[in-house]
Amino acid sequence: MQADVRQMLKLCHVDTHYGPIQILRDVNIDINMGEITCLLGGNASGKSTTLRTIMGMVKPTSGTIEFDGERIDGLSIQQLVKRGISMVPENRRIFGRMTVRENLEMGSFLRSDRSGIREDMDRVFGLFPRLKERVGQLGGTMSGGEQQMLAMARALMSRPSLLLMDEPSMGLSPLFVQQTFDIIQEISRQGTTIFVVEQNANMALSIADRGYVLQTGEIVLDDTAANLRENKMMRQAYLGET
Amino acid sequence: MGTERTKIITHIATARSWLAANSRWVLILTLILALIFPFSVKTYILSLGIEVLIFAIFAMSLDLLLGYTGLPSLGHAAFFGLGAYILAYVSSNSELALGLTDNLLITLPIVILGTALSAVILGFLALRTSGVFFLMITLAFAQMLFSIAIRWSSVTGGSDGMTGVPRPTLGIGTWHLSFTDRADFYYLVLAFFCITWFLLRYIVRSPFGLALRGIHANEQRMRGLGYNTFRYKFTAFIVSGVIAGIAGMLLSQYFWHAVPHNLFWNMSGQALIMVVVGGPGTLTGPVIGATLMRLLPNFASTYTELSETLMGLVLILFVLLAPGGIFGIFHKKR
Ligand SMILES: Nc1ncnc2c1ncn2[C@@H]1O[C@H](COP(=O)(O)OP(=O)(O)OP(=O)(O)O)[C@@H](O)[C@H]1O
Ligand SMILES: [Mg+2]
Repeated sequence: MQADVRQMLKLCHVDTHYGPIQILRDVNIDINMGEITCLLGGNASGKSTTLRTIMGMVKPTSGTIEFDGERIDGLSIQQLVKRGISMVPENRRIFGRMTVRENLEMGSFLRSDRSGIREDMDRVFGLFPRLKERVGQLGGTMSGGEQQMLAMARALMSRPSLLLMDEPSMGLSPLFVQQTFDIIQEISRQGTTIFVVEQNANMALSIADRGYVLQTGEIVLDDTAANLRENKMMRQAYLGET
Repeated sequence: MGTERTKIITHIATARSWLAANSRWVLILTLILALIFPFSVKTYILSLGIEVLIFAIFAMSLDLLLGYTGLPSLGHAAFFGLGAYILAYVSSNSELALGLTDNLLITLPIVILGTALSAVILGFLALRTSGVFFLMITLAFAQMLFSIAIRWSSVTGGSDGMTGVPRPTLGIGTWHLSFTDRADFYYLVLAFFCITWFLLRYIVRSPFGLALRGIHANEQRMRGLGYNTFRYKFTAFIVSGVIAGIAGMLLSQYFWHAVPHNLFWNMSGQALIMVVVGGPGTLTGPVIGATLMRLLPNFASTYTELSETLMGLVLILFVLLAPGGIFGIFHKKR
């Protein structure tokens, strides 16, 4: 089949605990360069924990994580961002009392040259023209969908090669969900590898190349998005069929 | 009653937009007034002016921590007093001191190095904590220096402090300036004030300053973006400590001595009040606060315990009713 598929991120037998409680159990995930990979699962299945583990916010108790062929478990968030991983957290988490421009500048701290920052900003404005019209507006006064865009734009300011996203569709109206997923596809087309966590399985599988399904901390399904869309268990549990 | 309230609100709104539209002219006018100040006032007023400027520098330095980074230091007097004592030790002609030189080109770098070093030490310890622990450890550090200054009198001069501190000079080779005269010293302090103002303005508007505000808003979130927040706070702490030290240096040169009171918690508290009442998170705010705090006691008929109590009340009122300080009332938020 495809011989030139390169692995970008690899989770190998990862266990993660919060204190004594085990959340992730022997999680194996492969994310190929240039693809959109999605992680599906119900509430409290450990989706956010998976992202937090990758991002070094919680250390795995066993197993390894590799990025571009090198181990990254144990590295700090700073080091991961420098290597090109960046994350759009759950619930957006923008800076409400700062302007759109300031929020974006926050994401670009790896560069100190103003012209470079301006360039990056123009690039994300290309993806999010709506933000360009609102550079002076306070983040907290924007609508939920706009805040989601701002959070994505901010994550892109560090020029990541791998973008992690935690439930970008959460709390958005159908129109904004559609727009958000269109933009995710566009970001992917521009060469960024994407790992997106979603509860909206229909939407996620419609744009993804590969999918994983997490249940109480274990990967129970792992296949191409096309196969998952056809999978019987998948259709019953997550795609709203009875 | 209701209409009065509306009227006041309208007036404030007018003042706000006028200030916003004319901020450049206000700045230039203030600078001109500051320059002709010594020619137009009595010695007593000139003295107050010098004090106000020195304390404004001190308060602005604290605001970098408190207002911009969200680090409420209760021990900022540590650096203020250290600046005073280091300068005194290097340049005083009392037998306790070295009496090396009064040349700023030598004394200023020593003060900067000394206060920076102590800020490195305190910052390294204190910035690992937060909240009430940060308050306590900064307070404890300043009080420790205070008691050293009192107890170790063979070096520090004890409760009398270190006297015989000369006003500074500035000289390279045969070129030589003296700031012994009060008016000359005023210009030196004004120069330090302006440099501090523009330096801090540059800092808070830079990406570094934006990061400090981000840490103030939500440090966890900044870490999530990949910021090494400790490094930012540490740098701000050192910059702030050095500027406070320079203010302390100027005060000891102005009053011809360094005294333990420069290190006392009361001094840290005054700086806090200046920032909170004037307007935290702005540069103008601490200047307004320093002006009020230094002038009010002089206009009250007698400075008593009562006026300190009043100050406390004023502080509580501002914290509750006007968290943006006086500057915040007249400065329109975006
Ligand atoms: N800091 C923490 N300490 C202890 N337990 C935690 C912590 N964070 C999450 N958990 C627990 O870990 C489990 C998985 O949480 P996680 O946030 O990963 O779920 P999720 O799949 O993202 O859920 P959701 O769809 O609701 O966002 C939950 O039972 C949660 O209560
Ligand atoms: Mg979650």
